[in-house]
Amino acid sequence: MDELLKLIQSNALESHENLARMLGLAPAEVSRRIADYEKRGVIRGYQAILNEDQLDLGKVTAVIEVKVTPQREGGFDTIAERISRFPEVRSAHLMSGTYDLLLFVEGRTLRDVAAFVSERLSTLEGVLSTSTHFMLKTYKRFGVLMHQTTTDERLTVTP
Amino acid sequence: MSASLSLRDRLNVTVRDIPRSGIRDFFDLVTTMKDVISLGIGEPDFDTPWHVREATVFALERGATHYSSNLGYLDLRCALARYVAKTFGAEYNPDDEVLITVGVSEALDLALRALLNPGDEVLYHEPCYVSYRATILFAHGVPLEVETRAENGFRLTRAMLEAKVTPRTKVLMLNFPNNPTGAVMSRADLEDIAAFAIERDLIVITDEIYGELTYDAPHTSIVSLPGMRERTIFLHGFSKAWAMTGFRLGYACGPAELIEAMMKIHQYTMLCASSLSQKAALEALVRPEADVTEMVNEYRRRRNFIATAFAEMGVECHRPLGAFYAFPSVAKFGLSAKEFSLQLLREENVAVVPGTAFGVCGEGFVRCAYATNMNNIKEAMIRIRRFIGRR
Repeated sequence: MDELLKLIQSNALESHENLARMLGLAPAEVSRRIADYEKRGVIRGYQAILNEDQLDLGKVTAVIEVKVTPQREGGFDTIAERISRFPEVRSAHLMSGTYDLLLFVEGRTLRDVAAFVSERLSTLEGVLSTSTHFMLKTYKRFGVLMHQTTTDERLTVTP
Repeated sequence: MSASLSLRDRLNVTVRDIPRSGIRDFFDLVTTMKDVISLGIGEPDFDTPWHVREATVFALERGATHYSSNLGYLDLRCALARYVAKTFGAEYNPDDEVLITVGVSEALDLALRALLNPGDEVLYHEPCYVSYRATILFAHGVPLEVETRAENGFRLTRAMLEAKVTPRTKVLMLNFPNNPTGAVMSRADLEDIAAFAIERDLIVITDEIYGELTYDAPHTSIVSLPGMRERTIFLHGFSKAWAMTGFRLGYACGPAELIEAMMKIHQYTMLCASSLSQKAALEALVRPEADVTEMVNEYRRRRNFIATAFAEMGVECHRPLGAFYAFPSVAKFGLSAKEFSLQLLREENVAVVPGTAFGVCGEGFVRCAYATNMNNIKEAMIRIRRFIGRR
């Protein structure tokens, strides 16, 4: 992967000047390449990584395994894209193994999520079965530990 | 009855007369201050890779708490022989040509003590790691320092060595990539040095602790050059590339006669390196590339950042090509390296190490380690810019 993408993936707020210094490029070149990635849809947005457990947001997240029937011509894509359009579905992946789609679904309450699954998701044509697991606590997200405060154990000056 | 001698008078004169490391004095001062951004730390900010730590815990549970053989565990010596052959281009027999030590520092001490008779001379280049001169003196050797200079990129040349060598010179010590300058030697540079060593029949001790950390070209070891293996002691360890400083694990590779001599001292003074650390090192070698490559890439970005930032503020800094140190010149501000460092610390809470800690010829320079995270480096550069703006 382009080193520039790696850097903004780990810190999207880094200034173009600093990115240029790290990569040994001109700032204008960094801006041009980022604009190009955005235009081509490689970069699809910028978000903060929150420790939501700390915020008491009053919402629940469920991980849902879904078995579906692939459709003629569309394969898994047609049904997967249709399911992905629900705003409750925060992420959706096609999986290998005993089920087909893995969804991360958010709702205000357990009842909200249950209603979404029983009324909206299971009733879609092509959905064969679902299995819902509620998430209890997040320890790590997008490669970032949620429970660790960083401490530097090193002495302040060493040879 | 004569008055009894003071304790100081009873000390060995060599030990009594060697000053404490300048870096320790500076450390004592920095620890009295709060919220310091330190570019003074000569060790990686990365954690030891998790699989290594996990394997160490497992080894402890399994009872790796006994002595190993004096040379070190054979499986580790075998893994090291393979690693050194592949990475540095020299073949060693793990049975009698590899010795596991407590860091490169011990290995260096063993090598010098094994080789030197009182009065034998040792050529070494300055600015250099803080222990070199002292270690030579403790081994009853005579240090012959060779100044390297910014205008040469702090590389060592044959002419510099020719100017200092005498018939009593026995050993040449090398350290590239270099602490504190970040200098490296190309293959052509090393060929000149090798020819010199062969012509003068010198033993070479090469400390390649930063061998994995080069940013623009792969590292060449002098031991891989024709005619060098039989007169070279190759020193390396796990502290820098694998971020394992506290494990204190190094090793020496060399011809069997030299390793045997070093082993005798090690046997009687140290017995063996920590068994647990040896287990950790073996795990580190199982999948070294991924761990090390990722860290090297991050160091390269920091090197780029720090070199560009100094250039932007008009501070002369030769481009660091290896290790994780920049060694900019602060001579134009009309302050000694020590005074510059003290004022920077007091006014902007940024710690750098005066170049004089690494030899007299380090005057006019400060060492800035970029083994600290990018946010600290960015903030430190803003503060240094502000500081020199007032000068």
